[in-house]
Amino acid sequence: MDFFSLFKKKESSKDVAKERLKLVLVQDRTDIAPKFLEMIQGEILEVISKYADVETDEIDIKLTRMKRDDSTTISALVANIPFTNPRNFN
Amino acid sequence: MGEKQKGIAIVVTSGKGGVGKTTTSANIGTGLALKGKSVAIVDADIGLRNLDVVMGLENRIVYDLVDVVDGNCKLTQALIRDKRQSELYLLPAAQTKDKTAVTPEQMLDLVNQLKEKFDYVIMDSPAGIEQGFQNSIAGADMALVVTTPEVSAVRDADRVIGLLESNEIQNPRLIINRIRQDMVNRGDMLDKEDIMDILGIDLIGIVPDDEAIVISTNKGEPVVSSGDNIASKAFDNITRRIMGEEIELIDLDANREGKMSKILKLLFNK
Repeated sequence: MDFFSLFKKKESSKDVAKERLKLVLVQDRTDIAPKFLEMIQGEILEVISKYADVETDEIDIKLTRMKRDDSTTISALVANIPFTNPRNFN
Repeated sequence: MGEKQKGIAIVVTSGKGGVGKTTTSANIGTGLALKGKSVAIVDADIGLRNLDVVMGLENRIVYDLVDVVDGNCKLTQALIRDKRQSELYLLPAAQTKDKTAVTPEQMLDLVNQLKEKFDYVIMDSPAGIEQGFQNSIAGADMALVVTTPEVSAVRDADRVIGLLESNEIQNPRLIINRIRQDMVNRGDMLDKEDIMDILGIDLIGIVPDDEAIVISTNKGEPVVSSGDNIASKAFDNITRRIMGEEIELIDLDANREGKMSKILKLLFNK
């Protein structure tokens, strides 16, 4: 999916609207404060930084809704964390 | 009360203000009356009366909803008959009184009385999720959630859907109002699939952002009775779906092509 998005033109404003809505509704529905995400992001980074250099500008951590097989939905934390120079522990 | 209830009460709600609840209520009520049904439209927005001007009945008000609840008049005395449809009545909101003047229990009693007299009772909900909202859903058999293709309106619609479900009003149906198909085609407006995907409820109709609605509201005549434009058709379709017909959604692009072909004709046929 990310591969194809390389060929897409500039993201349309409705896609931005849809993404923002999805995020805010996860917060509304689960009553999760935006601060919660910040805290999780901070701690995840701390852990990963022990093992590799994290590209902090490229981090994307968000809450989304996912459909289960029985078509009910659950909240999911999706993290996209690019890193370079993995530390060699051998 | 134990008597047989024949009517169906439908609440029109949204959470956010200004998305077209009152216009929708007036048009659905009028649309149902045009199909030969007896209809009472109740303005549940106490303190901010508006349905009377949208329907062009503002000069006929003698009593209002609070007068009925307080026992100052009989229910039939407060009901105002529409200018054109003899089976369409409005129960106006009180304009000056305190918003908490009516309780949900009193409202339920009122709706039950109306359901005995009419085929359909349409409740025009106030904006917000406070007591006025609770009043407007009392006795509702069905809920229509109105939104526009904007982030704030969709967010509030989601909240209201949650509240309707927790009040055991199952299967609310969605109306997306003020769609601008040219913007949707450019990718600058959420389209119906996006909104349905986000809110996860069934769509009962889409309404274009059409000048005819503004013009008809200026005159105090619901657009559905004008008959010859796309907005009128859109509300007629919603009315028919409420009555159980299965018909396809209106094609808003068809209207655009109509305009385009007019322009092309002007350019080339001269």
